[in-house]
Amino acid sequence: MNSILKIKNLKKIYHTKKSETLAVSDFSYNLKENEFVSIVGPSGCGKSTILSILSGSLEKSEGSIAKKDSITFGYMLQDDCLFDFRTILENCLLGLEINRKCTKENKEYVISLLEKYGLKDFMDSYPKNLSGGMRQRVALIRTLALKPDILLLDEPFCALDYQSRLKVSEDVLKILRMEKKSAIMVTHNLEEALTMSDTVIVLSSRPSHIKNIYKLDFDKNLSALEKKKTDAFLDYYNLIWKDIDSHV
Amino acid sequence: MYSDEHKRFLKKEKWYCLSVIFVQIFILIFLLALWQVAANFGWINTFITSSPKMVVETTLHLVKENNLFYHIGVTIYETIISFSLGTLLGLLIASIMWWNPFVRKVIDPYLTVLNSLPKVALGPIIIVWCGAQMKSIILMALLISVIVMTMSVIESFEGVDENKVKLMQVLGAKKMQIFFKLILPSSYKPIISALKIGVSMSLIGVIMGEFLVSKAGVGYLIMYGSQVFNLNLVVSGIMILAILSWMMYSLVYTIEKRLTR
Repeated sequence: MNSILKIKNLKKIYHTKKSETLAVSDFSYNLKENEFVSIVGPSGCGKSTILSILSGSLEKSEGSIAKKDSITFGYMLQDDCLFDFRTILENCLLGLEINRKCTKENKEYVISLLEKYGLKDFMDSYPKNLSGGMRQRVALIRTLALKPDILLLDEPFCALDYQSRLKVSEDVLKILRMEKKSAIMVTHNLEEALTMSDTVIVLSSRPSHIKNIYKLDFDKNLSALEKKKTDAFLDYYNLIWKDIDSHV
Repeated sequence: MYSDEHKRFLKKEKWYCLSVIFVQIFILIFLLALWQVAANFGWINTFITSSPKMVVETTLHLVKENNLFYHIGVTIYETIISFSLGTLLGLLIASIMWWNPFVRKVIDPYLTVLNSLPKVALGPIIIVWCGAQMKSIILMALLISVIVMTMSVIESFEGVDENKVKLMQVLGAKKMQIFFKLILPSSYKPIISALKIGVSMSLIGVIMGEFLVSKAGVGYLIMYGSQVFNLNLVVSGIMILAILSWMMYSLVYTIEKRLTR
């Protein structure tokens, strides 16, 4: 499979009046089509920094990010960031409105997504009437509305309780597979990283560089719960835990 | 339809509300009655304290002889003009400050000084510049309301969740789009709520202005009354002003409830 995104020697320095902080010292990775990559690492190691740079909301200090012009990013944050003065449908159309792409076809696509993922009845409701899991799904549809090729997920399920977290992460994975998207997810939850991804990248503590890359070898048809029961899962878990632990 | 317990609960709530209103009215009547009785029995000197009866007589006299409604009209007119101008200007200044963080930083100490400076101190300058006329009064009230509006609007603009701004940027929004699609609609409720403060501030400014220079208005009546030592007129003016400010506040409050439902 072809790489759709080549990140090479990415480096980021934060500047404040008092000091400068090297957050990311060296990060390189080639993302393939339809690949789901998770980035894990000790807290504060600059995981989110990498996503912010990719999304364009933060400037890199050094390194290169190569992709075809046609490849676009969709960014999903920890907080669902739904606007409470807009209905669910209006929230989903936000990106299209901003980019002046609110055509009839695109609108129908968004409505079809809402329908597919069980939110059509709530189209005209306001976010305050939805549960946390539903809101997160709306945020995902808002991201998908612009038909991005690569999704950047920054601890997307962090705000959810354990039950909905399992449910929504499964939902999101299903949606991404169905829509054939690549994704890079930052998380501190190893279980989540292991059950959702094809590849797990382990970062060192700050200044972060890649400590290890695990290509996960699970049967694609296993559900998250079934994956957790395999021996391989436990092995990966222990390996990654050791990688992270040695840095704390 | 409801259970007996719920009916009892509703009844209790209703009684509670009614008793609050009852006590409020009772206090008002009691104080007025006490005042009148004290005046009748000569416990107080009505020349400097006036009395409810005299206030009513003076007010009726004002309506007949001095065109009371004209004075009220002048005060309301000045308040509305300075309130609307103050609101619009406040919104505009806050928007510019949000738009340009550099301007915001530069302007900040000036705004703080202006905010803490008692605006009545500027009265003499305003009179010299604009003359002893309505323009001065409106400017006075405007100065007060515009600063309050600017402060509360910029506060709500800057209170918008940073993550949402980031989201807009990531979706490719330009500054104009962020402002009109996120910042302004998010600040809708705080702005409406700031209007209540705005209308009170404008009225304060107008009365202050009328104290300094005026030929008409409720503030003028109070000032004139004190200069000729007619305390009946002064107290009547204050009563009218109290009712007026309560009515204006209620109006804005009702509008707020309607708009943010």
